[in-house]
Amino acid sequence: MTMRSAALAEGGRVSGFRARVFGPTALQKLLAFASLILLLAFFGFASPAFLEIDNILGILQATAVDGVLAIASTFVIITGGIDLSVGTLMTFTAVICGVFLTYWHMPMAVGVVAAIATGGICGSISGTLIAKMRIPPFIATLGMMMLLKGLSLVISADKPIYFNDTENFYMISQDSLIGYVLPSVPVPNAVLILFLLAIAGSIVLNRTALGRYTFALGSNEEAVRLSGVNVDRWKIAIYGLGGAICGVAGLLIASRLNSAQPALGQGYELEAIAAVVIGGTSLSGGSGTILGTIIGAFIMSVLTNGLRIMSVAQEWQIVVTGLIIILAVYADILRRKKA
Amino acid sequence: MLNRKLLAAAIGVGALLAATGFARADEAYIPLISKGFQHQFWQAVKAGAEQAAKEQNVKITFEGPETEAMVDKQIDMLSAALAKKPNALGFAALDSKAAIPLLKKAQSEKIPVIAFDSGVDSDIPLTTCATDNLAAAALAADKLAAAIGDSGEVAVIVHDQTSRTGIDRRDGFVNEIKTKHPKIKIVDIQYGGGDHLKSAEIAKTMIQAHPNLKGIFGANEGSAEGAAIGVKESGKKLVLVGYDSGKEQKEDINSGLMLGAITQNPVGIGKCVVESAVKALKGEKLPKKVDTGFYWYDKSNMSDPKIAAVLYD
Repeated sequence: MTMRSAALAEGGRVSGFRARVFGPTALQKLLAFASLILLLAFFGFASPAFLEIDNILGILQATAVDGVLAIASTFVIITGGIDLSVGTLMTFTAVICGVFLTYWHMPMAVGVVAAIATGGICGSISGTLIAKMRIPPFIATLGMMMLLKGLSLVISADKPIYFNDTENFYMISQDSLIGYVLPSVPVPNAVLILFLLAIAGSIVLNRTALGRYTFALGSNEEAVRLSGVNVDRWKIAIYGLGGAICGVAGLLIASRLNSAQPALGQGYELEAIAAVVIGGTSLSGGSGTILGTIIGAFIMSVLTNGLRIMSVAQEWQIVVTGLIIILAVYADILRRKKA
Repeated sequence: MLNRKLLAAAIGVGALLAATGFARADEAYIPLISKGFQHQFWQAVKAGAEQAAKEQNVKITFEGPETEAMVDKQIDMLSAALAKKPNALGFAALDSKAAIPLLKKAQSEKIPVIAFDSGVDSDIPLTTCATDNLAAAALAADKLAAAIGDSGEVAVIVHDQTSRTGIDRRDGFVNEIKTKHPKIKIVDIQYGGGDHLKSAEIAKTMIQAHPNLKGIFGANEGSAEGAAIGVKESGKKLVLVGYDSGKEQKEDINSGLMLGAITQNPVGIGKCVVESAVKALKGEKLPKKVDTGFYWYDKSNMSDPKIAAVLYD
């Protein structure tokens, strides 16, 4: 009985927590959003080429894969964990998709399901290592990162797997459904998928039990455990969901390149984490939003593109990106102190 | 307070960018998208391109992804470069097929494309500035032949059997031996993935299997350095000929373990891209391929400034 009431209290605490955080989070979104607008305005003034429709489409396209990976990372980071394997898992799912479509000549839908399912399974394995075997998330997913990178190379024999036999595979990323309706803004499907996934992710995070436990695990895992909730099961589910989302990223990148590039992937996890943190999600867990993450991902890609458009030397591009990440997170800390 | 700090920082960053960023409008602008930028080889290509840009009075930028695996990042770079409405474009494709849609766009906007290093599998580039690997490997064969008295058994260690450079360097070497040095017999050709350790094991096995082996040609940095390790461990005296440059390889040549090696001319590749682009802009006709040259280097000429400039660690 006391267990039950504790669970209720915890549930109440969780929704109360959400309400409490909603104000500052909204402010955070505003701040991140304002930075994005500021960047857009700055680059727009600096170079007339920046705001041209082709370049805007280029930025959107460049954000799609990183943005989807960042959504996957958001769930895990809100639980107070980390997933270093998102980049190589993305590649692994792309390679598996290539095996199904190019090696085994299966229909495209089978390849799509296989990629997402592979992602879900691998994510669940990471979750199991963390929840059941008590391996710290950093180490468990570092291991998965290397393991999956190696497996991708082994399965593909170090060579890209091309999707030349699957005629319509490129359409997943490169075709534009929006373009059929509005021919003047042919936003690639990859971007449409990113936005749909962001909306779905927000609903899961804010309206479902899975989302509630994602926040609860991040703010006080022990309290959740003591209230009789099967913490391990939820944790495995959250890492599994993150993995499945990486499968979507795998499909997007494979479709964009019309090939599964087995050596690619390492380094993408850090860009995803940067986007999540710029978007106001705390690395210590317990708070965060998908909208913030999407804005964070766009800040990263607008910055990269804008600096390129201005022909800033590549070495300095890296320096400026680093400065902006530090600045963004410091602004977040200042805001938290005030709140 | 927070806002003022942020604003100040934004203005600071903005000023920094403004100072470095703006191009003069009267110069032709030619972005080069390479396969990488951190590696010494690519830095040398960049240096050559910058040198030519100064001479030709054009503005260039040089960019490449952090690793040669990042095909999608290279595509993003290409897309941003095209958005800048360049006058011409230099491009070394990581994966030709992935870049075709953007190259077609460049073609439709009448932006001349100059391929470099490995070339692009398409007829869009007006020319390709690259090393003639067949001719370079033939020179390696001649040097090896001369060092072993133009007769005896030799073997070849190649980095892989599928890449253009692997195929060309192998065939260039083999054909030269067959046509010009009939008394030399190639007893074995093996592939080590460019991996030092694997190539070393291959070299040792070759020496075991062919006790009369007089020389080995290693077709890239990893193959050559691996062969040197294998020869050292076996304790036998053999003539080693390598390809490309590298710290270990240079040391091996200095110590006499390796006779010498072929080096490509990355500075020349960079120059060729910019010069070809300028020619294209003037409407001059370009050859389908430009051989940017290569050099034989050994103990005697390694410190020659012309050679030292194209060697890297």
